[in-house]
Amino acid sequence: MADVWLQALLVTDSTVRLAAPLVLAAMAGLFSERSGVVDIALEGKMLGGAFAAAAAAAYTGSAWLGLLAALVVSYLLAMLHGFATITNRGDQVVSGMAINIAVAGLGPVLADAWFHQAGRVPVFGAGTRFTEIDLPFAEAARAVPLMGSFYAEVVSGHNLLVYLAALSVPLTAFVVYQTRFGLRLRAVGENPAAVDTAGIPVARMRYEALMVTGLLCGVAGAYLSIGQGAGFVRDMTAGKGYLALAALIFGKWRPVPTLLACLLFALADALQTRLQGVTLPVIGELPTQAIQALPYLLTILLLAGFVGRAVAPKAIGQPYVKER
Amino acid sequence: MKTILALSLAGTLLGTTALAQEDFQPAVIFDMGGKMDKSFNEAAFNGAERFKEETGIDYLEFEITNEAQREQAMERMVRKGADIVVVVGFQNATPVETIAKANPDVKFTIIDAVVDLPNVQSVTFKEEEGSYLVGMAAAMASKTDKVGFVGGMDIPLIRNFLHGYEQGVKATKPDMQVISNFAGTTPAAWSDPARGAELAISQFDRGADVVYAAAGATGLGVLQAAADKGELAIGVDSNQNYLYPGHILTSMVKKVDEAVYNAFKTAQDGTWEAGAESLGLAEKGVDYAVDENNADLITPEIKQKLDEAKQEIIDGKIAVEDYYSTQK
Repeated sequence: MADVWLQALLVTDSTVRLAAPLVLAAMAGLFSERSGVVDIALEGKMLGGAFAAAAAAAYTGSAWLGLLAALVVSYLLAMLHGFATITNRGDQVVSGMAINIAVAGLGPVLADAWFHQAGRVPVFGAGTRFTEIDLPFAEAARAVPLMGSFYAEVVSGHNLLVYLAALSVPLTAFVVYQTRFGLRLRAVGENPAAVDTAGIPVARMRYEALMVTGLLCGVAGAYLSIGQGAGFVRDMTAGKGYLALAALIFGKWRPVPTLLACLLFALADALQTRLQGVTLPVIGELPTQAIQALPYLLTILLLAGFVGRAVAPKAIGQPYVKER
Repeated sequence: MKTILALSLAGTLLGTTALAQEDFQPAVIFDMGGKMDKSFNEAAFNGAERFKEETGIDYLEFEITNEAQREQAMERMVRKGADIVVVVGFQNATPVETIAKANPDVKFTIIDAVVDLPNVQSVTFKEEEGSYLVGMAAAMASKTDKVGFVGGMDIPLIRNFLHGYEQGVKATKPDMQVISNFAGTTPAAWSDPARGAELAISQFDRGADVVYAAAGATGLGVLQAAADKGELAIGVDSNQNYLYPGHILTSMVKKVDEAVYNAFKTAQDGTWEAGAESLGLAEKGVDYAVDENNADLITPEIKQKLDEAKQEIIDGKIAVEDYYSTQK
């Protein structure tokens, strides 16, 4: 029994690690999409952030400067997206895709030019990464059954960015539902004309939303290259941006359901790394391929059966034109 | 005006390639994971670099980043006038077959796969023998009753590493359990360090304290996780001991560098021969690595046992079974 509990805790622990970048990216997407700007460039912004974080951390030897660089690069990419789609009213999907492709190519090229490691940026040395933080009393709490071991295994022992990811959900919920900025943000995504009539500049609202998106994606990127991992490699986001977008739709553009969707994807992923090579009763040992299809199967099943209708913000994808 | 300019430009470009054709021109194509993967491809890169240093002859190179590029890259090397094209990686077997058939005058050396054509030399390694030795080392260094294995893409070649490793572990401690995981079933599984780290952590959580990574750049995540968690890992293909000193027990080295260097060298002096060769411990094609970074981990006692086993494998007293023979 104690063993089963420990296994469950370890899977949960792994879920938290895998969910962190998804949660950050999904919250980033929430701001952008709620303001009416489709953001498939979450992937590109994360990748850009990951590259910047690794490059800056490798160059300066400081994880904090790495994080700062990630924030700046991701922020600039978000502003680029804004310039193309808000100021110039370009197609949001096209602009997003362009950013994804540009970053996917630029990262390895710059890495090659600066670090001569064939598109890779290795991060070595003390202080260049966000390492695990042991929360107070974690070791002492381990002895306490259930809650104590949960605290020691799952809550404690993550890097700073994971806690930031956890914090981002209540913060997002608060900002979106409890503040004036949040009210305007939601309004601008549903009915920008009404917002405009009320005397609030639509373009500025959307730019502000994208600013938040950029910063959150930057944290997600830094997590990948100088938190969870050590260094930048080509295409290291591996579709996490799109997965976050799926979680966002799955969660109907609301913070808490989106968090749950992210956790579900991460849980499926954590389970599949542990189910490999494990012999199950009746079925026997499952082939690797079948287990690796598990997260996707789960997604399809849930999307088809349990989610119901996901209603997007009404004005999403439409550039706002003042005089019509 | 524009066309004239373009034509003259094209002319200059053609001129330079024609010039290069007069000399001996070697070429190497790296597989996914990239030439700086600190592992398999990097070993090939080092071999090519050694040839360049010794002879002063520069080589053409290409790094494959997606499936569609395989044949294109080889064709381009042939068009650029390469005399020998060394192709690294088992996934290039079919493309090499196609391109080598179409260009019977060009020599091809493929590493890690066998292609039976009169102008192709195939170099494979007895990974199971080297893995057997590091399996013994893992079993002796482990303080628990479990050791781990993280493979890259789930293919027979990597299963062969695992098969040898398991035999080495069981030969040393028959009751020991080997936990094995694969990073994926597509070539992307060679370049996903985050997944490598996650798999390694899951194995440490399950009680393993030595994990063998045979996963290209994905393996870097395994080594990093071992260093983070204060456990041990075993590197692969290149000597990876220096990456995290004190946390890399040893590395199963595949002398891919030798193979690339020899292919270039023999093609240059005319002694290159087509055919298949398989390099094991006896041919010094595989080995385990000891240097100043892991001198403390490989104790004299472990080293002595490993060297004994090595000799017995060379003498044929220990027969290490390969994975392919179990599948027939």
